[in-house]
Amino acid sequence: MQYAHAKGRRVFVALNTFPQPSGWERWRRAVDQAAELGVDAVIAADISVLDYAHRRHPDLPLHLSVQGSATNYEAIRFYHEHFGIRRVVLPRVLSLPQVRHVLENSPVDLEVFGFGGLCIMVEGRCLLSSYVTGESPNMCGVCSPAKAVRWEETPRGLETRLGGLLIDRHAPGEPAGYPTLCKGRFTVADQTYYAIEEPTSLNTLALLPELQDMGIAAIKIEGRQRSPAYVTQVTKVWRAAIDACRRNPTAYVPKPEWLRELGKVSEGHQTTLGAYHRTWQ
Amino acid sequence: MTIEARMPKLALGPVLYYWPKEKLLDFYERIAASPVDIVYLGETICAKRRALNTEEWLALAERLSAAGKEVVLSTMALLEAESELKALHRLCENGRFTVEANDMGAVRLLSARGASFVSGTGINVYNDRTLRFLAGLGAKRWVMPVELSAETLAVMQAERPAEVETEVFVYGRLPLAYSARCFTARHHDLPKDDCRFRCLDYPEGLTVSTREGQAFLALNGIQTQSAQTCNLLLELEELRELKVDVLRVSPQAEGTEAVIEAFAACLRGDRDPLEAARTLNAALPYGACDGYWQGQAGLRQVEEV
Repeated sequence: MQYAHAKGRRVFVALNTFPQPSGWERWRRAVDQAAELGVDAVIAADISVLDYAHRRHPDLPLHLSVQGSATNYEAIRFYHEHFGIRRVVLPRVLSLPQVRHVLENSPVDLEVFGFGGLCIMVEGRCLLSSYVTGESPNMCGVCSPAKAVRWEETPRGLETRLGGLLIDRHAPGEPAGYPTLCKGRFTVADQTYYAIEEPTSLNTLALLPELQDMGIAAIKIEGRQRSPAYVTQVTKVWRAAIDACRRNPTAYVPKPEWLRELGKVSEGHQTTLGAYHRTWQ
Repeated sequence: MTIEARMPKLALGPVLYYWPKEKLLDFYERIAASPVDIVYLGETICAKRRALNTEEWLALAERLSAAGKEVVLSTMALLEAESELKALHRLCENGRFTVEANDMGAVRLLSARGASFVSGTGINVYNDRTLRFLAGLGAKRWVMPVELSAETLAVMQAERPAEVETEVFVYGRLPLAYSARCFTARHHDLPKDDCRFRCLDYPEGLTVSTREGQAFLALNGIQTQSAQTCNLLLELEELRELKVDVLRVSPQAEGTEAVIEAFAACLRGDRDPLEAARTLNAALPYGACDGYWQGQAGLRQVEEV
């Protein structure tokens, strides 16, 4: 904390899983510890965690996590009225006009995902991972957990499995990504394809002027389960882009070298505007 | 089975698929005559589906209510557009029937009106503190999130507020995820905005299999369900011992009345649950599952049937 604050950075702590009754003490302690450390905000999703933090530590800023599934302003108002949240992280399901509409009616700041994994399900409402592995983001803070993953070289190609289920099979030389459940190739009515989503990353670099014009408070770059090298590379590009956009939004265009750098760390080496761009939906 | 355990009520969840109006009305005509106590009504998946408009849903609610059913109106799980919020207002302000809230936006509107409500499958109640908070806002019943286990439920039941009923999803394809993307339209290479209502062609969704032919999911528009059917008929005794108040059967395209009959007969003690479970499971295209209830991966079938 001291280091971050000395460098002029704020620290937000995500405690955004949903505790089951037996886990309550652990979550309560985590909230208390965060408050004692003087973190700049706690990001939470569960009502009991928000309620406790709000009552016990009234000065601790609270953000509603993306896991809180607030996709509309009525939901945001609920969390604001009851827990005094100061910011909401929006699920990656809204188009840009929808984001704008939510913002116009929201009592608090909005943060949107700008780069990283592309969750195409509403966060906080996706149980695919636990259906196959027993562990979900809601319960365990993890999707498609590494311990359930297997990679196997077979005569048919490199096979990736999750919880024993074949997620994908790659021909020799074909790049093989992490077997996130929703990004496998499956068969639906005799067609085999990426039935849910391609292995691709969200990249909204091109939307920065619009997001800035709207008044989005922060762009979230996904960092969970990522290496320090990834974080260095991605934040460097985004810092440069945000600064350039602030200086002159009308002249702003993403530089080819930024896109190249981000492409290197993108899933399947491809990126998309995701739900922000209506045609994707 | 303990003698003092109360008899749970049987509920029919909302139809999660897009069925044509005639099929839907025929279905509910048969449901009116079935031994189900509570019927949840409404379109909860996609606002573009218009088998019935709000007035027609309300008329159907009256019809079922006259047939002796407790009717609950269910709200959409994923609310994005202003038009969807307007429809939500109309449901929450119906003034006649209880509403099942499937989004915190709905909880806000209902609690602001002082209306008691059901906290639906779309609301994340993972612990007793959250349940108590919602009870304070007017929740009279909560539906347990499908990924929670019997073990967690036991703690919840010991700690729950006295006036709140507990409902458990006991039969049907499990609701697993909601997305901005319509997977049915995607399957047909159609944009979501011009989906041509392809969901009408799939009364139980589109099955997703691995390339080894293992079916595990079903695509239902923007919703993803389990391909396997959750069947907790063999857990009736435990459900009663845990004092679960309501058992939810989720409608499938075929055989829902037989499922309701089976649960009702087993609850009355007129039918052997093992035999009934075997009969029901034999008709399932991709088998049964009870993994979540057993604290494991949801798709597993742990109990031997």
